[in-house]
Amino acid sequence: MTTTRTTLSSPLDLQSVRADFPILSRELAGGFPLVYLDSANSSQKPRQVVQALEDHYLKHNANVARAMHQLGAEATAAYEGGRDKVAAFIGAPRRDEVVFTKNASEALNLAAHTLGASLKPGDVVVISEMEHHSNIVPWQLACERTGATLKWFGVTDEGRLDLSNIDKLITENTKVVSLTWVSNALGTINPITDIATKAHAVGATVVVDASQAVPQLPVDVSTLGADLVAFTGHKVVGPTGIGVLWGRYELLAELPPFLGGGEMIEVVRMTGSTYAAPPARFEAGTPPIAQAVGLGAAVDYLAGIGMDKIAAHEQAITAYALEGLKTVPGLTILGPSEAVDRGGAVSFELEGVHPHDVATVLDTRGIAVRAGHHCARPVHERFGVQSSTRASFYLYTTPEEIEALVDGLGFVRSFFKVA
Amino acid sequence: MHLDSLYQEIILDHYRSPHHAGLAEPYDVEVHHVNPSCGDEVTLRVELDGDTVTGVTHESVGCSISQAATSVMTDLVIGKPVAEGMATYEKFLELMQGRGNVEPDEEVLEDGVAFAGVAQFPARVKCALLGWSAWRDATAQALAAKEGVSNG
Repeated sequence: MTTTRTTLSSPLDLQSVRADFPILSRELAGGFPLVYLDSANSSQKPRQVVQALEDHYLKHNANVARAMHQLGAEATAAYEGGRDKVAAFIGAPRRDEVVFTKNASEALNLAAHTLGASLKPGDVVVISEMEHHSNIVPWQLACERTGATLKWFGVTDEGRLDLSNIDKLITENTKVVSLTWVSNALGTINPITDIATKAHAVGATVVVDASQAVPQLPVDVSTLGADLVAFTGHKVVGPTGIGVLWGRYELLAELPPFLGGGEMIEVVRMTGSTYAAPPARFEAGTPPIAQAVGLGAAVDYLAGIGMDKIAAHEQAITAYALEGLKTVPGLTILGPSEAVDRGGAVSFELEGVHPHDVATVLDTRGIAVRAGHHCARPVHERFGVQSSTRASFYLYTTPEEIEALVDGLGFVRSFFKVA
Repeated sequence: MHLDSLYQEIILDHYRSPHHAGLAEPYDVEVHHVNPSCGDEVTLRVELDGDTVTGVTHESVGCSISQAATSVMTDLVIGKPVAEGMATYEKFLELMQGRGNVEPDEEVLEDGVAFAGVAQFPARVKCALLGWSAWRDATAQALAAKEGVSNG
């Protein structure tokens, strides 16, 4: 192992955190211990979340709201309990501001579809070049449907939002500004509140993709400045199959339905229907019930540890990783190279070796990273690369795992004879 | 999960100096194929003379496996009847989907046998097939166009 530079100063007891995540002690092919550095893609799950899912399915399972029996009442209470926990976790002033969706993509599509209903030619939607495809494509579709124009913030060489032309982008024609809070590809943390103030001054609605932010930052939607905030359950140590769209109640109450079906209606007549109040208006059909229970357990778990401590650990381990990666010859970091206003995902290029080959070689040593464009092709194009390798960290990431990555990259270089 | 079985020297040679790289004139059809999940891209041109593949050139960005597989593919199909190239593809596909249990036929696959190890890395199989899918598409289009001309 490489001898390290600084020691990690983390407020977390990593051993006790890791004990909650049995998968982290797995051994992979070749006897290598798992080094999981792909949490920005999907986080691992603590025992507490899996047990909550199991308990729900084995003891309380039934459909919600419409089931008139005791189990139906228990399932409804459990599902709505998940909503209460999520509302508390993100600082939502009202529990009925939390809409459950399938994932963050569906939440953003819900936003684009319902806000899109009032867009018209001449209107402008503003996004950025560093968005995940799920915060690009729904707006492209909305603009195609309505004749509105899509514009976007560029990205600086250091991987920050280029705000130099903000007054040209955010004008009285701007109806929606939809931005990522923390970039999944570059790690950049964007100044959402400042931009939201400008957007609100012209009457635009502010949508925030918080998929990478909610897992690693303390979040208070009541002071963020956003009108709608999307994130997903499986990146916050919760289950797959559930996402969240938080919205200011007054805004949600004005928006038209998204999907039609059971539970989202008030009265259905063959000649037309009226719709339920939020959040039910946006939750057509049987919702992700057990997943809401699991997500409730997940945010309880994170809150129990403390999001301030998780954020501090993320910051420390990211700084540690950046320092380590800079010792690898031929390695270029995409995005901010210092751990300032930066989340725990680090994308990089290794000269002479394609990212897929980097990932495969690391994988044979038990190290799981992501390779490709990370669903953010435009920002890769911005930096003139086709793809990158990304290592991402979470509350269970140890300095030893960073060492394994750095050593692994040395091995990659020697294997491909670029060393 | 043996790296040396995946990255055989033949593969790395083709990766470092791919055959028939660089788009050439003349050509009948050009196609652009991508692996949307990973971003690998290939632009490929095909020229046919009757039923014979007279030229295949490409410009690709991607990993060693996709680049090398495209390079090997060009060697396997150029100068051959289309039907023979398609049959070679079937053999290669069988090898890729064989999870390491298919004995490759070196008579047919030539340097392609080096990809036998890829079958044990399910995530990489699509890399090895990208160039082939581009060639099959371009060739089918070229044949259809010639058919259209002779019928018209």
